[in-house]
Amino acid sequence: MSTGPNVPPLTVREFKSDQNVRWCAGCGDHSILLQLQKVLASACADRDRTVFVSGIGCSSRFPYYMDTYGFHSIHGRAPAIATGVKCANPDLDVWVITGDGDALSIGGNHVLHTIRRNVGLRMVLFNNRVYGLTKGQYSPTSDFGTRTKSSPQGSIDHPVHPVTVALGMEITFVARAIDVDVEHVQYVLRRAAAHKGTAFVEIYQNCQVYNANAYGWATDRQTKHDHVVYLEHGKPLIFGRNRDKGIRMNGETPEVVDLAKVSADDLIIHNEKAAEPTMAYLLARMHHPEYPEPLGVFRAVDKPTYEDLMMGQIAAAREKDGPGRLEALFRAGETWEVK
Amino acid sequence: MGTVTPAEQQDIDGQSAKPTRELVQAAIRFAGDSGDGMQLVGSQFTATSAVLGNEVATFPDYPAEIRAPAGTVGGVSGYQINFSSRHIHTPGDRVDALVAMNPAALKVNLADLVEGGVLIVDTDEFTDANLERAKYAANPLQTGELSRYQVHAVPITQQTLGAVKDTGLGPRDAGRCRNFYALGLDYWLFDRPLESTLRWINGKFAKVPAVASANRLALQAGYAFGDTAEAFTMRYRVKPARLRPGTYRNLTGNQALALGCVTAAQLAGKPLFYGSYPITPASEILHDLTTYKSFDVRVFQAEDEIAAMCAIIGAAFAGAIGVTGTSGPGMALKQEAIGLAVMTELPCVVINVQRGGPSTGLPTKTEQSDLWQALLGRNGECPAPVLAAQSPADCFRSAVEAVRIAVRYMTPVILLSDGYIANGAEPWRVPDDGELPKIEVRHPTDAQTFRPYARDERGVRPWAIPGTPGLRHRIGGLEKADVTGHISYDPANHQRMTALRAQKVANIAQDIPDQEVFGDRSGELLAVSWGGTFGAVRTAVERAREDGQDVSHVHVRWLNPLPRNLGEILKGFRRVLVCELNMGQFEFLLRGQYLVPTIGLHKVQGRPFTVREIQDQIGELLGGAPQ
Repeated sequence: MSTGPNVPPLTVREFKSDQNVRWCAGCGDHSILLQLQKVLASACADRDRTVFVSGIGCSSRFPYYMDTYGFHSIHGRAPAIATGVKCANPDLDVWVITGDGDALSIGGNHVLHTIRRNVGLRMVLFNNRVYGLTKGQYSPTSDFGTRTKSSPQGSIDHPVHPVTVALGMEITFVARAIDVDVEHVQYVLRRAAAHKGTAFVEIYQNCQVYNANAYGWATDRQTKHDHVVYLEHGKPLIFGRNRDKGIRMNGETPEVVDLAKVSADDLIIHNEKAAEPTMAYLLARMHHPEYPEPLGVFRAVDKPTYEDLMMGQIAAAREKDGPGRLEALFRAGETWEVK
Repeated sequence: MGTVTPAEQQDIDGQSAKPTRELVQAAIRFAGDSGDGMQLVGSQFTATSAVLGNEVATFPDYPAEIRAPAGTVGGVSGYQINFSSRHIHTPGDRVDALVAMNPAALKVNLADLVEGGVLIVDTDEFTDANLERAKYAANPLQTGELSRYQVHAVPITQQTLGAVKDTGLGPRDAGRCRNFYALGLDYWLFDRPLESTLRWINGKFAKVPAVASANRLALQAGYAFGDTAEAFTMRYRVKPARLRPGTYRNLTGNQALALGCVTAAQLAGKPLFYGSYPITPASEILHDLTTYKSFDVRVFQAEDEIAAMCAIIGAAFAGAIGVTGTSGPGMALKQEAIGLAVMTELPCVVINVQRGGPSTGLPTKTEQSDLWQALLGRNGECPAPVLAAQSPADCFRSAVEAVRIAVRYMTPVILLSDGYIANGAEPWRVPDDGELPKIEVRHPTDAQTFRPYARDERGVRPWAIPGTPGLRHRIGGLEKADVTGHISYDPANHQRMTALRAQKVANIAQDIPDQEVFGDRSGELLAVSWGGTFGAVRTAVERAREDGQDVSHVHVRWLNPLPRNLGEILKGFRRVLVCELNMGQFEFLLRGQYLVPTIGLHKVQGRPFTVREIQDQIGELLGGAPQ
């Protein structure tokens, strides 16, 4: 993250733009906005070198509310625009704000390829499992059978799971959080901000109007500890209100076990730095209600970034040929003189 | 053959025992199977002729398939070169000499050989099987059907194998040198030196000395065969042309576009960000630009056409010169994003190397049917400047001009080329020092006065780039409030912003030259063209005027905005003939803009106009062709 020279500590207020936030009351976007502002403020991010790029959808209004540079673009294309921004000026801190429809339906292709290239930007996907801005159709992350305006008999689409897609493209950083768990949202965003390369953060986000309580199982104070498991690097997968349950491998399948009967030594030890994304993928396939859903950092590995490789080739060409001179370029190849 | 000079000479050449006839101009074509290397020897002949000082214009014609079944008419690849001691604008309608490497090549190309022209065929390829593949019922070399031509039936394959037998190459690799044998023969026929091609072979095959040696031997053997074989009784010479003094280099349109983009970015003192998705016939621009990295050229091969366009918009936002290149179907995919560039008023250039459409259409063939798409193909009131290059070398100037206008007016600029000029080549004069003015770029820095959508006297908003202290602002595709750039749904504001965007593009007319007229300022007939049809139309009008016909020519480069004086020029002529490789798209524009009646000459055959087609049309309109 860019921090300017001798930047005094910033406050959340300094990251708020002069625009009125126009999301619905109760929308999870409010929380995510605030947490990201807190993360940037506490990290003393340089607002003048920070760029937020978004596509279309409720979440994509985000850049208007940040006092940074911002680009509210067209549906699904934010990763491509952000790639151009980053390549033109690798010193900028580039964030992509997107939603489940924007990132995984109309813009799926750009998400895949941005991840594959490991462009140095952070993609924050607000997943509310519904189309909000167009007023309530099922989205690519809606559960099979979801009844909406465009699927009154139930959706016959099978849902896509964002973290597995990111892992399939060999993402170098991928994490998941849930909007109301503010401390944890800040944690994963801070981790994402510090990552070099593409960071992909899925945030379960409540749509109060069209898909209220979609994540009730994960937010209800009484039950949430039985339905989510926090991933911590180097630690066993333990969950439950009394931290009395764990997850171990049974053959090729994760299995929920009672810690009264099974030793913690037999549980899966989370390794976010594993060279192969296989185990992370297995964890990302754990879905409610069969399993507790993992929150936290699934994977965090190092790999050269796209912009570094691009600039590296330019530097190598300059090393070899010297900085380009037009006069020489014009006369390259076979030339002849006319007197 | 060609145009024989008044002082036709049949002297004894110093190096050859055979007489040489001097020509003003000649056109030749190499034709063979797509695997026969015809494009390669064609471009070698071009380079040699250019270095010799001829005016040259070329046209390759190759199949869409990488390897159509060998020996079939679908797999025929051709390369035509027109070389001259006078000014020329086209590769020539028909050819004076044809090399046909197999029966299919003969079948496809014979109609374009002038009567009495030189026809060289590789007799080794005229086997029963190949004749059948080319759908010849009988061997045309034996039926007498070629009696109107000077036929040279040469066992090119056998001769090549004999010439290269000591290089150690197997028969397959040895046989592949036959294109150089044919080239050597044509070099002898048209009195061209071998040095330039020998140098090229040495460089190209430096790592495979046996192949280099074989190609050299084949080339020299072909040359020697012309010199010694009794069947060749005469050779031809085309003297150097009188070009404007300077250093010249042969460029295809696509090479010139790539060079122009790099040059423009350098003139602006900016990195060039080229985002593109491979598509015929624009991919060479992408390839060429990857070789210019020492100029801080950042090449991004995107996952699709949309990403390519979006990435250049992002790059433009961040302060680079953003350019993308594509062809018709790709252009269609980019249109929504071009609208975003219009709305956010960011400078970038969209190159569309047009090909036959609609849909996938004719990928390797030329057409001018994307004019409406360029002008009108977006949602909303969405004006973008449109410029069309007129010839291969003009692509260079056009690319620089497009970037200059994009930056000066903060707008996407659409630059139209086409498959004909993209692959065709002509000499390009290297610009003199100081000939290309700097492209002035201004980025605001004063946070007190900065307003994202405030406009200067030309109606242009400031280009404030991320990283500038205190100029944080947000842009996007939603309608912007005038001056502040905040989101606005206000009805009057939308009307005002629509007008401001339109006026800004209209203002570009003040920055483009007035329309020039070739010929008289008024009269009976005005031929109008745009884009890659320049050469054919200009040549036809030149010839018609030499014949005393009352016809002038206007070639329009800027299609939006149109030159300020164009309407007045059109009204000075009794009839206006609009020639274009589509069904009347520019005609539609001229009628709508100026309320002038027009006559259209339309062609959509995947091929450029011939000079003859236009001359005939002029003749018909002016009361009968004179010849």
